[in-house]
Amino acid sequence: MAVVFKRPHALRDVPMHYCPGCTHGIIHRLIAEVLDELDIEGKTIGVSPVGCTYNNYEYFNCDMQQAAHGRAPAVATGIKRVHPDKVVFTYQGDGDLAAIGTAEIVHAATRGEKITTIFVNNAIYGMTSGQMAPTTLINQVTTTTPYGRKPELHGYPIRVCELLSTLDGAVFVERVSMHDIKNIMNAKKAIKKAFQVQIAGKGFSIVEVLSTCPTNWGKSPDEALKWLKDNMIPMYPLGNFKGKDLEV
Amino acid sequence: MAQQEIIISGFGGQGILSAGRLLAYAGMLEGKNVSWLPSYGPEMRGGTANCHVIISDDPIGSPILNSATTLMVMNGPSLDKFENIVESGGIIISDSSLVTRSPKRTDVKVYEIPATQMASDMGNLTYANIILLGKFLEVTGIISKEAFEQALRKVLPEKYHYMIPDEMKALEAGMKY
Amino acid sequence: MGEKLLMKGNEVIAEAALRAGCRCYFGYPITPQTEIAHYLAKKMPQVGGTFIQAESEIAAINMVYGAAGAGARVMTSSSSPGISLKQEGISYISGAELPAVIVNIVRCGPGLGGILPAQCDYFQAVKGGGHGDYKMVVLAPSSVQELYELTVEAFNIADRYRILTMIMGDGILGQMMETVEFRDEEEIIKVDKDWATTGTEMKRDHNTITSIYINPEVLEKHNQKLQAKYRKIEENEVRVETFNCDGADIIVAAYGTVARIIKNVIKMAEKEGIKVGLIRPITLWPFPVAAFEKYSEVPKAFLSVELNAGQMVEDVRLAVNGKRPVYFHGRMGGMLPTQKEILDKIKEIVKGD
Ligand SMILES: Cc1ncc(C[n+]2csc(CCOP(=O)(O)OP(=O)(O)O)c2C)c(N)n1
Ligand code: SF4
Ligand SMILES: [Mg+2]
Repeated sequence: MAVVFKRPHALRDVPMHYCPGCTHGIIHRLIAEVLDELDIEGKTIGVSPVGCTYNNYEYFNCDMQQAAHGRAPAVATGIKRVHPDKVVFTYQGDGDLAAIGTAEIVHAATRGEKITTIFVNNAIYGMTSGQMAPTTLINQVTTTTPYGRKPELHGYPIRVCELLSTLDGAVFVERVSMHDIKNIMNAKKAIKKAFQVQIAGKGFSIVEVLSTCPTNWGKSPDEALKWLKDNMIPMYPLGNFKGKDLEV
Repeated sequence: MAQQEIIISGFGGQGILSAGRLLAYAGMLEGKNVSWLPSYGPEMRGGTANCHVIISDDPIGSPILNSATTLMVMNGPSLDKFENIVESGGIIISDSSLVTRSPKRTDVKVYEIPATQMASDMGNLTYANIILLGKFLEVTGIISKEAFEQALRKVLPEKYHYMIPDEMKALEAGMKY
Repeated sequence: MGEKLLMKGNEVIAEAALRAGCRCYFGYPITPQTEIAHYLAKKMPQVGGTFIQAESEIAAINMVYGAAGAGARVMTSSSSPGISLKQEGISYISGAELPAVIVNIVRCGPGLGGILPAQCDYFQAVKGGGHGDYKMVVLAPSSVQELYELTVEAFNIADRYRILTMIMGDGILGQMMETVEFRDEEEIIKVDKDWATTGTEMKRDHNTITSIYINPEVLEKHNQKLQAKYRKIEENEVRVETFNCDGADIIVAAYGTVARIIKNVIKMAEKEGIKVGLIRPITLWPFPVAAFEKYSEVPKAFLSVELNAGQMVEDVRLAVNGKRPVYFHGRMGGMLPTQKEILDKIKEIVKGD
C-alpha cells in the first residue's frame, strides 16, 4: 500500500512551536515537499527571519542561516554569490520583509538575485504580540492601532507583489493563500515554480502566501481561515503577477 | 507575617497572571508594599505561566523570588518545578482537579482543592483561580474580603464587573473548602 | 501626591512621558518593552499627540531627530537589537545637540540573543555605541516609582543641556508591577528653543540643524563645546544612592534590578555578621565617581555585581583607582544571580585575606 501522508525528508522530525491553527506550519511543509520533489535538499541553503518563524532553521533539513530582522535578502545575497550553483531561499513575515526589511527585498529583487523568497503575509506582527504590520488592513484593530488602522494616521496596506512586479530583476511573482485545500495545492505549485525559476537562473522569484494568525487576530482557527478569505483576498488578489509562462 | 512571598504557576490561559495581579492589588489596598513579576518569554506561547508576588510591610528588595512562603499551582509540572522552593512552614495550595499527585513535603501546610471542578460546577472555569485565592485569604488573613472585592473592581475591565458577585461567591467557596 | 496605583514598569514610562509633556513618540515593536508603544498608541490620540509605529528603529530614531530639531519633546523606546540600529541616529542627534529621550529595556545579546533581563548594553550606552566623541546621560532606575520620576527628569535634563538622555532598564523592571504614585503636577522646565526649525515667518535669520562641520577648526571648536557641556553635566547631574556604606566591611556596586537583589543580600549578610554596603549608580553616565572615592577606604574590597561579563566594573576600578581590590560577579544570558550565590562570593572575599 502506498503511504499517502509522509513527512517530507526536508522537514526535520521535531515538533513545531506554532499556535494551534497557525498556517506557518503548512507553508513549511509545502517548501519541504518542493525540496524533496526537485531533489535539491542537499544543495539548498535557507535563511530564517525574525518573527514567529525565527527558529525554523530547526525545522528544515537543508543548511540554514538565521538573519537579523529584515536582512534575510541581503544574507541570502551573500550566500548565493559565494555558491552560485546552490539554491538559496528566504522565509520572511510581513513585518520582516515589508517594514524593517523593505530596502533589502527591493534591492535583492532589482539586482535580480537568483534567490527565492517565501513571503508570509498574516497582516500582523505575530511574534511580538499583534502590532500593526505594513499589510494590516484598513480598520483592522491591532495592539498599536487600538482604534483600527486609519489611512490618515497609519497609511495604507502595502501590496508587495504589485510593488516588486515593477522591478525588472523580479521575474517570478505570485500571490497564493492558505485558506482551503485547493488554494494550498496552488500555493505548492507556485512555490515549486519559484524554485525552478531560480534553478534555471532567470532571476529573483517571490511567492507571497496569505496566512493566518488566530492568536493575534483573536479568532478560532476556522474563523481565521474565513476572515482571511473574506477580508484579505479582496485587498490582496490572488494570482500570478509575473513569470507565469517562463520556461523552466 | 511581615512578608508573604507567593508563586502562582500553571498553564497560560488559566488566569495565573491575573490571580497574581489581584493579590498584589488587594495587598496594596491593604496598605502593604507589593510587587508582581510575570514570567515572560517565548515559553508563554501555549506553555507555562507563572508570577511572583510579594506583599510586605517593608519596602520590597528583589521582586524575584528564590524561595516562597506560598505556592499556588494549577498543573502538575508547576508542582514538580516549585515544590522544593517553599519555605519550611509555608503553604502549598494545589488545584487537585488538575494536579494529580499530592505534594511530598511534610513540613508545609498543604491544601488540595478541586478548584477547576468546583468552578465548572459553578458554570465558569475561569473562577478556578479565584477559588484557590479564597483559600490563601482564609489561611493567611493578610487580605480582607473587602479589599479583594475592591481589587476586582480595579483589575477587571468595566464590562466584566457584572461577574464580580459570582467571583466573590467563588472566593468564599474556596475559603470554606 | 495622588492615588496609589499598581502599574507595569513599561506603562509607567509611557505615562510619565505624557506627564512630562511629551506629545511625540516614534517606535518599532520589540520585546520586552512593547507595552510602552501599546500604551501610547491608546493615549496619544486622546491628547492630540503623535504616535507612529515606524517601519524600523532606524526610521524611528530619525523621526526623533526631525521632531526634536523642530522643537518638540520627543521619545523613542526599544530593546537591545533595536538600540543597536539606532546608533547612527544617536550619533547624529548628539552631534546636532538635540534634546530627546530614548528608552532601552535591555535584553541579552549578542545578536538576537534572548529576551530575558540583562545589563550587557552598559558599554554601548556609556562609552558610546555610535561613532564620535559624544555622551548621553544614562539613567538607571531600579523601581517602578523611579521609572516614573526619572523619565520625567530625563525630559528636563534633555532640554536643559540639549542632550540625548537614555533610560536604561531591563525586562524585570519593564514587566513588573509595583506601586506608583504620580504627582498632581510635574515640574517641567521651560527652555526657549530658539534654535529649533519652526519656520522663520520672515522674522528671524534661518535656523539650521546639522552635525556636519567640514572645516577642521570649526569641528574641533564644536567638539570642545560638546566636551565643555559634558563636564558641566558631570558636575551637576550625578545621581547615586549609597546604602549601608558607613562602617561597611565590603561595598557592592550594582544598578537597576541587581541593586534590589543586593538589598536582600545585605540583610542576609547582616545575620552572618558581615556589613555590606551598596553604591547604586542612578546615573551610569555621569558615573558617580565621588561616591566611590568617599568610601575607597572600605576595609575589605569592592564587588561589582552585574548581568553581564563585567562592564561597569571597569568604571568602578577607575573610580577606586587602585586603593582597594575590585572584584566582579556576573551572570549572562538572562540568568540572575541568586542571593545565596552573591553572599557566598562576599564571604569568599571577606574571609579570603
Ligand atoms: C531590530 C529588531 N527590531 C525588532 C525586533 C522584534 N521583532 C521580532 S519579530 C518582529 C515582527 C515579526 O512580524 P512578522 O515579520 O510579520 O512575522 P510573524 O511573527 O507575523 O510571522 C519584531 C518587530 C527584533 N527582533 N529586532
Ligand atoms: S502568533 Fe500568530 S503567526 Fe505566530 S505562531 Fe501564533 S498564530 Fe502563528
Ligand atoms: Mg506577520
